[in-house]
Amino acid sequence: MLHIFCPHCGEQRSEEEFHAKGQAHIARPLDPDACTDEEWGEYMFFRDNPRGLHHELWVHSAGCRKYFNVTRHTVTYEILETYKIGERPGVSEKKAVEQGVPA
Amino acid sequence: MTAVNVYQQRPNGAARAESPLYHAGLDELAGKGSPQAGVRLREKKLLGHLVLRGNAKDPAFAAGVHRALGLELPVALTLVARGETSLQWLGPDEWLLIVPSGEEFAAEQRLREALVGQHISVVNVSGGQTLLELSGPKAREVLMKSTPYDVHPLNFPVGKAVGSTFAKTQLVIRHVSEDTWELLVRRSFADYVWLWLQDASAEFGLAIQA
Repeated sequence: MLHIFCPHCGEQRSEEEFHAKGQAHIARPLDPDACTDEEWGEYMFFRDNPRGLHHELWVHSAGCRKYFNVTRHTVTYEILETYKIGERPGVSEKKAVEQGVPA
Repeated sequence: MTAVNVYQQRPNGAARAESPLYHAGLDELAGKGSPQAGVRLREKKLLGHLVLRGNAKDPAFAAGVHRALGLELPVALTLVARGETSLQWLGPDEWLLIVPSGEEFAAEQRLREALVGQHISVVNVSGGQTLLELSGPKAREVLMKSTPYDVHPLNFPVGKAVGSTFAKTQLVIRHVSEDTWELLVRRSFADYVWLWLQDASAEFGLAIQA
């Protein structure tokens, strides 16, 4: 059982209170009508599946019921940080390697 | 005033109001449990529940709420109360106001008046949920069996309120005084929680209070 820090509640909570909601930071095209089918399909259906760091959207469904972002390592399942929607991740691939997280 | 249609939702006299645990017949069970029971349960039924949403960072919002209710906006995971009225943090832009039965209509109007022109929402959810009061020396043990959240007083002091998983459902746990806890239960889960609480408190003895 993991403990996940909810940035809205401001404390560590049990994993079972949360749900993962897939990849984070997916920008909706500003003008969907001007998109080609390929561009719209990319936005709609195609997601990264990295081996390593992944920025994800999670929801604290049993607590404050708000969404937030999580930077998680997909091999070790280690959660490196959580941050609110609208903020930028503090941990990137390069930084993590420098800090000794296995790639 | 906005164009929102605010109306009296509580039936007056002619229609019978049934709380979510009406079918359990708690009134008939009241007083029949052992006086030494470790856990006491009471449904605080048919109170007025209002969900208030707005921008917590806006001083005008906080001031308006204070003007309407006489209560400060609570910060994360806390609850403020004055008499029978309580205001609880549910999320960064969401609060739950609980007022005595029948006062929710006036409270909603006061809030709307004080917050006129702001981007807010007030919704009467009185019919959608109920409050169960769990008290007694073993009440905390029942909570420990039911939720993954740490309910030790060091982590969960009086005045704290958290949403968490509870048995196989979800509810809000409020710590109102040393041995007294309140569970905010959704209407459709009330029966399940009632059955769960009976089972979980069987080993300590359960007494129902009116």
